[in-house]
Amino acid sequence: MGGYIARRILLVIPVVIGILLLTFMVRAVIPTDAVTAMYEGQITDQEAEATTALIRAKFHLDRPWYIQFGYYVRDVARGDLGESVRLRRPVSEEIGYRYLNTLWLTLSALAIGIGIGVPAGIIAAARKDTWMDVTAMTVGLLGISMPAFFFGLLLILVFAVWLQIVPVVPRGGAALLLPALTLGLIEAAPISRLARSGMIEMLRRDHIRAARARGMSEAAVIMRHALPGTLLGILTVVGLQFGQLLGGAFIIEVIFGWRGIGELAVKAIQWRDFALTQAIILVSAGSYVAINLAIDILYVWIDPRVDYTRA
Amino acid sequence: MSAAASLPTSRLAWVLDRLWHNRSARIGGGIIAIILLCAAFAPWIAPHDPMAIDTLRRLEPPSAEHWLGTDEVGRDLASRLIHGTRYFVLICLITTVIAGVIGTVLGLISGAGPLIADAVIMRFVDVLLAFPTILLVLAVIAILGPSLTTAMVAVGIGNIPGYARLVRSAALTIRREEYVEAARALGASELGIIFGTVLPNIVSPLVVYTSYAMPLAALAAAALSFLGLGAQPPAPEWGAMLVNARSFLFTAWWAVAAPGLAIFAAILGLNLLGNALRDVLDPRDA
Repeated sequence: MGGYIARRILLVIPVVIGILLLTFMVRAVIPTDAVTAMYEGQITDQEAEATTALIRAKFHLDRPWYIQFGYYVRDVARGDLGESVRLRRPVSEEIGYRYLNTLWLTLSALAIGIGIGVPAGIIAAARKDTWMDVTAMTVGLLGISMPAFFFGLLLILVFAVWLQIVPVVPRGGAALLLPALTLGLIEAAPISRLARSGMIEMLRRDHIRAARARGMSEAAVIMRHALPGTLLGILTVVGLQFGQLLGGAFIIEVIFGWRGIGELAVKAIQWRDFALTQAIILVSAGSYVAINLAIDILYVWIDPRVDYTRA
Repeated sequence: MSAAASLPTSRLAWVLDRLWHNRSARIGGGIIAIILLCAAFAPWIAPHDPMAIDTLRRLEPPSAEHWLGTDEVGRDLASRLIHGTRYFVLICLITTVIAGVIGTVLGLISGAGPLIADAVIMRFVDVLLAFPTILLVLAVIAILGPSLTTAMVAVGIGNIPGYARLVRSAALTIRREEYVEAARALGASELGIIFGTVLPNIVSPLVVYTSYAMPLAALAAAALSFLGLGAQPPAPEWGAMLVNARSFLFTAWWAVAAPGLAIFAAILGLNLLGNALRDVLDPRDA
């Protein structure tokens, strides 16, 4: 088990190098370099040439790409993510609070998604092929087919305009309500499907049949014998789902004007602000890798029976 | 199963027959058939020019002349939706071909080629998988600049790892089968075995995987257009149609509802057809 965890942590190294290379490419491959983007059209040609050379040297843009990559890795290790061309301030300052906002949104949505999806999936499995199952799965199918951005607009229309339950431009905690609800309801769909199929599979196992044969009530069989095993499977899925959620959050943030990193990422790409884009991708991918690692380790801790020799 | 797999034509007929008797396949297939018909005959079906601006008739509600109403510059929404089917079909095809072809080739080399190739490809795939798809897609768009082509390429690349993983594990399993041993004993070359014996036998898992991947890819492409990182207005792409219509959500909801429901219906069609295909091809899952 210890060996597995050590191997799992070692596997992160090539992944981190890959992430650094890819994010490095965001700034390195572009046709215009950062200096041209920063001062284009603001100074005369002669001034530009001299200044550009100076700044290029300062940012090591005159060196070969692998040296530049080395400087990049060093800067990231120091926590220096560069300066935003558009906002004219260090990227790390801007990303910090936005990262927390996105985290808030994602976690609230995850809570809503699990809170609705898991019970719906379990009820559907326990009452397989009844109207409850069919209803839950139909709603689930509609959910996975619904574009998040359209669903968000629909919720605004229904809750803010027609029913007038929430203000169109909400402040404080209310601002989180609609975006979290949109993302959470969308996420509930795949979670309920996975909970259902996991539960159905679990209910076919021998120890469940044995429990039933002993005359245990169906509710007790499900709650005490089938649920713990199923939840384990759901935990893994939630880890993978986090990446999906992040993707969903990016769109939801734009619709609701939620000031998270997703909204910033879209702006950064449109501004062609590469330091900002690069940093957002680096930070998000880094947290994703960390979360997956944590879930894998958590998994060993919860269920020591799983065979880890084939990691 | 393996007996049926060795007779591709009769198996295809069997699959089609089973689909024909599946309700979910009929509904989903019906939606997709309508989309394909619209895409093929868009200029003849559409009542108006999808790009014709008529500023005197902005944001009109649905009427006899404009079935679904008009958008913010007076263009006919129904005609734009009909022409939008072409973008939808194009996006589905291009993203799937990029992901499917590159992923399958990588997976085959990895699962049936030399060990060193396997190690290199799988580390590469691990790195791609370590990225949530959205970040990979955004990275590609940041590098290449936003456009519909970039969005399709980016979503395609984002789906490569899934295909590579799937094909690799399928190829590893199939290589141990007796009929592959037999082909090798008969003197077939490794390349011949990979493309002649292994590939035909992984068609069914490939189709099943595509039934999951294609609707997600189409949704992602539409979302990118909505964010202004994919197809650009005034193109009648459904996601792009929402970019400007969004501002009129409170006054002209139909301009938002039309493209939104079109995307929803199209993805639902793909999902229904996919569910049915999975029931037929992969009965363990049912």
